[in-house]
Amino acid sequence: MNQITNANSQRKNAGQWRFALSPTGNAGDGIFRGLMFAAALLILVIVVVMIVALAAKSTLSIQRFGFGFLTSREWDPVKGQFGALPFIYGTVVSSAIAVLIAVPLSLGIAVFLVEQAPSYLARPITFMVELLAAIPSVVYGLWGIFVLAPFLRVHVEPRLGSWLGWLPLFRGSITGIGLLTGGIMLAIMVTPIITAVVRDVLEAVPNSQREAALALGATKWETTRVVLVNGVPGIAGAVMLGLGRALGETMAVTMVIGNRAEISASLFAPSYTIASAIANEFTEATGDIYLSSLVELGLILFLVTFAVNGLARVLVWNVTRRSGAAA
Amino acid sequence: MSLSSSLSRIAVRLPLFFVIAVAIFAYGCKGTGTRGPVNLQGAGATFPNPLYQKWLSEFSKQHPDIRIDYQSIGSGGGIKQIQSQTVDFGASDAPMTDSELKGAPGELIHIPTVLGAVVVTYNLEGVSTPLRFSPDVIADIFLGKIAKWNDPRIKADNAAVNLPAADISVVHRADASGTSFVFTDYLSKVSADWKDKVGADKSPKWPVGQGGKGNEGVTGQIKQQPNTIGYVELAYAVQNKLPAALIKNAGGKFVAASIDGVTAAAAASAATTPDDLRVSITNANGAEVYPISSYTYILAYKDQRDAAKGKALVAFLWWGIHDGESFARDLQYAPLPAEIVKRAEAKINSITSGGKPLR
Repeated sequence: MNQITNANSQRKNAGQWRFALSPTGNAGDGIFRGLMFAAALLILVIVVVMIVALAAKSTLSIQRFGFGFLTSREWDPVKGQFGALPFIYGTVVSSAIAVLIAVPLSLGIAVFLVEQAPSYLARPITFMVELLAAIPSVVYGLWGIFVLAPFLRVHVEPRLGSWLGWLPLFRGSITGIGLLTGGIMLAIMVTPIITAVVRDVLEAVPNSQREAALALGATKWETTRVVLVNGVPGIAGAVMLGLGRALGETMAVTMVIGNRAEISASLFAPSYTIASAIANEFTEATGDIYLSSLVELGLILFLVTFAVNGLARVLVWNVTRRSGAAA
Repeated sequence: MSLSSSLSRIAVRLPLFFVIAVAIFAYGCKGTGTRGPVNLQGAGATFPNPLYQKWLSEFSKQHPDIRIDYQSIGSGGGIKQIQSQTVDFGASDAPMTDSELKGAPGELIHIPTVLGAVVVTYNLEGVSTPLRFSPDVIADIFLGKIAKWNDPRIKADNAAVNLPAADISVVHRADASGTSFVFTDYLSKVSADWKDKVGADKSPKWPVGQGGKGNEGVTGQIKQQPNTIGYVELAYAVQNKLPAALIKNAGGKFVAASIDGVTAAAAASAATTPDDLRVSITNANGAEVYPISSYTYILAYKDQRDAAKGKALVAFLWWGIHDGESFARDLQYAPLPAEIVKRAEAKINSITSGGKPLR
């Protein structure tokens, strides 16, 4: 009797201990769960550690320049004057150009691959898209200098200048190196990524949706619209992924954007992105305030990416809620 | 039941085994590290990296008991690492400033190793004779004051050349670089306006133009765009057969960039070189001098903490400024002139460990 209660209470204790780790009471499950939780936690820890480290290393410039760092256009290492506005402008505008070009293009490619193309075309094109997504950015950059920039200088920019020259965006001297080239470069780099993800998303839309639309007498275009609406959250995720790459892209942009810390109304003028500035100047920055300002640029890039992602999430949430309500 | 409990017991002890294994491994590494050859770590300037890598491989053939690694992370990184004593020697193109020297825990000495130069290159269609530039003209082009290729001041030095009426596009280095420092240091000496508005820096605020990343980025942009002008390292320009302008030196003579012209610049400024060898030799006086030249340095502590490492470092430096100089020319670096080698010898001999000389 005594033995039994003893054993019982032991089992009870053991059960509680196991329950804390795993609802099934299996130690292996518990350990697995713990490991997975640790892996997930690591992401959070890395984000926090990065923000803390960036903020700590940039305290000097935050104290010296304060909020003015965000609004100042002056970046002069010789005089020790640092302001981030030209870099923020260059980063945001080049990424905006990239997304503006890449999103319609990628949607078109993906819709064609999933909805229209015969399989003897779809397979090789899909393979090529995935190949393009894997090319290192420095290779894109070299191609940008030797092919894209001269092409834009000779064929595209003069035409933009003569047709749309009444807009300040397309005025000024034409060199082939500048904000527009940087944006187009990014668009080309981001398109394969967005396309690849959107293609997977559209593939995942159940065929019953298409069949239902067709059965109701919908045309091919109307059916495609049904498929696209079903894929909105996934498509938005794909755009986010592309935008993330565009914001943080360094090497390829550096090689074609002209690297000049100035805000110009013209898209033909050279510009500068945050990531390029850090990559270009960090290795040789010796002064404390200089280094601190570069780290603060990194912090700003972090926050810009955060803000853009947050904004996009809200947008997606809005769209899905509305389309959900409509359905 | 018994299986799962034994499994869980093992799982609980797993980390412990891990810790023990790591500890044993770490101990083992430490044990072998002290018995092996002397290891030296260096880091810094990218400009002399090809030469230093050559030096390391040649030197290690003669001294198998010394292992040296050099990481070309940039002069700024080299200065930071030697300040924090994470490397045994640093390397920098520009000499350290007084405030940077104060940031180091001990007295640092500068050992010049070789010299380099910066050339002005350009892309002008139909122009095959090398252009000639007076110093003030270069400064004003990079200031944006001279904006057309057929400006009378450019024409004055290039009467025989048919210059186009096109806009000048300036290309400069986008990444912070010793090359930019040497170039802007030169412009600061020859133009009061430049000194006042821009100054000398590894990454100054350029009044006009677009930036290319690295020598290859600048060259790429110049080659791809007509009517451009920019500057690159001499070695890079020679290897890629870029057009190089003749520059009017302080002696009033137009000189092409050459290794001899660079060594001549160092020799001509030897008399005014201070004891610590921290000196700018741009715009040096002399008929054969190429004016946009500079030293590159290895940085080391005068008092070495570890005698064995110090001895190896001194042996390497000594070998470098004597035997090592013979590799310079092939890689398009200019060797040190004889009088500077003498003064560098004295610097190397002044390195001690615990008060004892190491040579």
